[in-house]
Amino acid sequence: MSDAPVVLERRDNLWRAALGSRSLVIGLAITLVFVVAALVSLAWTPYDVTKLAIAIKLRPPSPEHWFGTDIFGRDILAMIMVGARTSIAVAVIAVGIGIVLGVPLGLAAATLRGTLGDEVIMRGNDLIFAFPALLIAILITAVFGPGAVNAIIAIGIFNIPVFARLARGAALSLWTREFVMSARVAGKGRARISIEHILPNITNLLIVQGTIQFSLGILAEAALSYVGLGAQPPIPSWGRMLSEAQTMISIAPHTAIIPGLAIVLTVLGLNLMGDGLRDLFDPRLRRSRL
Amino acid sequence: MSAFFVKRVISLILSLIAASVVIFLVLEVVPGDPAAFMLGINADPQAVEALRDQLGLNAPLVERYFTWVFGLMRGEFGTSYTYRVPVAELIADRLWVSLPLAIYALVLSTLIAFPVGIIAAARRNSLADVTVMGATQFGIAVPNFWFAMLLVLVFSISLRWFSAGGFPGWDAGAYEAMRALTLPAVALALPQASILARVMRSSLLDTLGEDYVRTARAKGLTRSQALWRHAVRNALIPVLTILGLQFSFLLAGAIIIENVFFLPGLGRLVFQGITQRDLIVVKSVVMLLVFAVILVTFLVDIAYAVADPRLRRQHA
Repeated sequence: MSDAPVVLERRDNLWRAALGSRSLVIGLAITLVFVVAALVSLAWTPYDVTKLAIAIKLRPPSPEHWFGTDIFGRDILAMIMVGARTSIAVAVIAVGIGIVLGVPLGLAAATLRGTLGDEVIMRGNDLIFAFPALLIAILITAVFGPGAVNAIIAIGIFNIPVFARLARGAALSLWTREFVMSARVAGKGRARISIEHILPNITNLLIVQGTIQFSLGILAEAALSYVGLGAQPPIPSWGRMLSEAQTMISIAPHTAIIPGLAIVLTVLGLNLMGDGLRDLFDPRLRRSRL
Repeated sequence: MSAFFVKRVISLILSLIAASVVIFLVLEVVPGDPAAFMLGINADPQAVEALRDQLGLNAPLVERYFTWVFGLMRGEFGTSYTYRVPVAELIADRLWVSLPLAIYALVLSTLIAFPVGIIAAARRNSLADVTVMGATQFGIAVPNFWFAMLLVLVFSISLRWFSAGGFPGWDAGAYEAMRALTLPAVALALPQASILARVMRSSLLDTLGEDYVRTARAKGLTRSQALWRHAVRNALIPVLTILGLQFSFLLAGAIIIENVFFLPGLGRLVFQGITQRDLIVVKSVVMLLVFAVILVTFLVDIAYAVADPRLRRQHA
C-alpha cells in the first residue's frame, strides 16, 4: 500500500515534465490538429470532395474556400481534411504491422541469442532492409496493382526490421539485468519473461520509434500516392493532390503549396513529438540527441 | 582482416542470392500472362502459346530462375516485352541519368552537411547552432518531390534560370546535362543533408567530449586544431554509415524526383514497366537497385573496418 503515493507522485512529475517540454507540447499540438481534422472529416467537411465543380476550378484562397479550389473545383480544405485521414490511417496501420510482426521477432531473436534461430531472424531482417519502401511498393504494385492497402503493406513490411532490430537490441541488454535473472530463477519460461518483463521495459523505446516511423510513413505514403502507387481516385490523398497540382503550378501555386505544407507540418509535429518523448523517457539521451 | 573480409564477402553473396529469389518469386505470382498482354485481348491462343515458348515462360520455375540469374551475371537481362529491345540496353541508357543524379545529390548533400554540422557542434548552443537545428528539423520533414516542385516554381517559372524539366542527354555536353540535373539534385540533396548535418553534429559533440580531445588541448593544441585533427576525424565514422545508407535512399528518391522533372531515368522506366506489365523490366530494375543497396552496405562495412581496427576484431 505504501508505494501507491510514490507512483502517483512519479506520474505527476512525468506530466509536469511533459508539459515543460517545448518540443513535445508543440509537436503534440500540431499532430492533434491533423488528427482532429481527419476525425472531423468522417462526419463533416466544408464541401463535398467527391463533387466536381469545374466552373470554380483553381480559385485562390477566399472566404468561401479558405484554401482555394483545385483543378476540378474541389475545396482544398476539405481535400486536406480527408487526405489527413488517408495519410494517418496508412501510416498508423503500417506502424502497427511493423510493431506486431517486428517486436515479437526481435524478442524471439534476443531469447535465442547466438543460435541459428537468432541468425535466421536477423539475416532475414537485413534482407528486408535492403529493399527501400519504394521498391517494396513497386514490387507489390507490379503484382496486385496500386492502392492504399498495398501502400500500407509496403510501408508495413519496411517497418518490420526497424522494430525487430530495436526490440532485439534493447531486449539483449535487459536479459543481463537482475530482475530478469530472478524471474528465471523463479522458474519462468523464456517466452513468459519476454512478455512479462522485457516487453514492458522496452515500451518507451517502442513509442519513440513508433512516432518516428509514423512520420516516415506519412512521407512514404505521400511519395507513393504522388507516383500513383498509393490511394487511388476518388480517395483524396496529399501525395496525389500534389501530382494533380504539378501541371498547374504556374497558374495556381496554392494547389501545390497547401498539400505540401500539410505534409511538412504533420511530419514536423510527429518528429518534434518523438524528440520530446525521447527526452522525457530517457533524460540521459538529451545530451546527444540528433 | 582477411577473416573479416571473407566473412563479409560470403554474407554479401548470400544476401544477393536471397534478394534475387525474393524478387523472382514475388513477380512469379503475378496474375496475368505477359504473352497474352503483349498480343492483346483478341489474340489467337496458339500465338499466345508460341510467344510464351519464345519468352521462356513455359519452362519450370527453377529453370527460369537460373536462366534469369545466369543471364544477369553475363549482363543479359532478357528482352523487354513492350519495347522488344534487350532490357540491359534500356537500363544502361536510363542509368546514365539516375546514377549521375544520385551521385550529384550525394556530393551536394555532403558538401552542405559537413560544414553545417561541424559549425553547429563547434559552436554548440550558439545562434548558428539553434538555426541549424531548426532548419534541419524542417529539412527532414519536407518531401523531396514537393521541394522539387517549389524549386521549379521559383527557379524555372519565376526566375527562368533552369528549365522545368527534361534532359538534353550527355551528347549535348556535360555542362548542359549537369544543368538539367541541378534542380533535381538539389531537391534530393536537401532533406538528406538535413539528416546528415544532424548526425555530423551529434557525432562531433560526442567526440568533443572524449578524453583524447582534452589531452590534445592539454598538449597545447588550439581549439580548432584539436577539433580538426582529432574530433572531426573520429566523428566521421558514424557519419560514413549514414552516408552509405543515404545512397540507397537517393537512388530510390531519384526514381520519384525523375517524375517531377520528366527525366528519362530508371524511375520512368520502372513505372512504365508497371503500367505496361513489362515485368522483366520491373524485375531487372528492382534487382539492380537492391544490388546497389547491398553492395554499398558491404562497401561501407569494409570502409568502416579499415577506419576502425576495433571493429575488425569484434566481427571476425
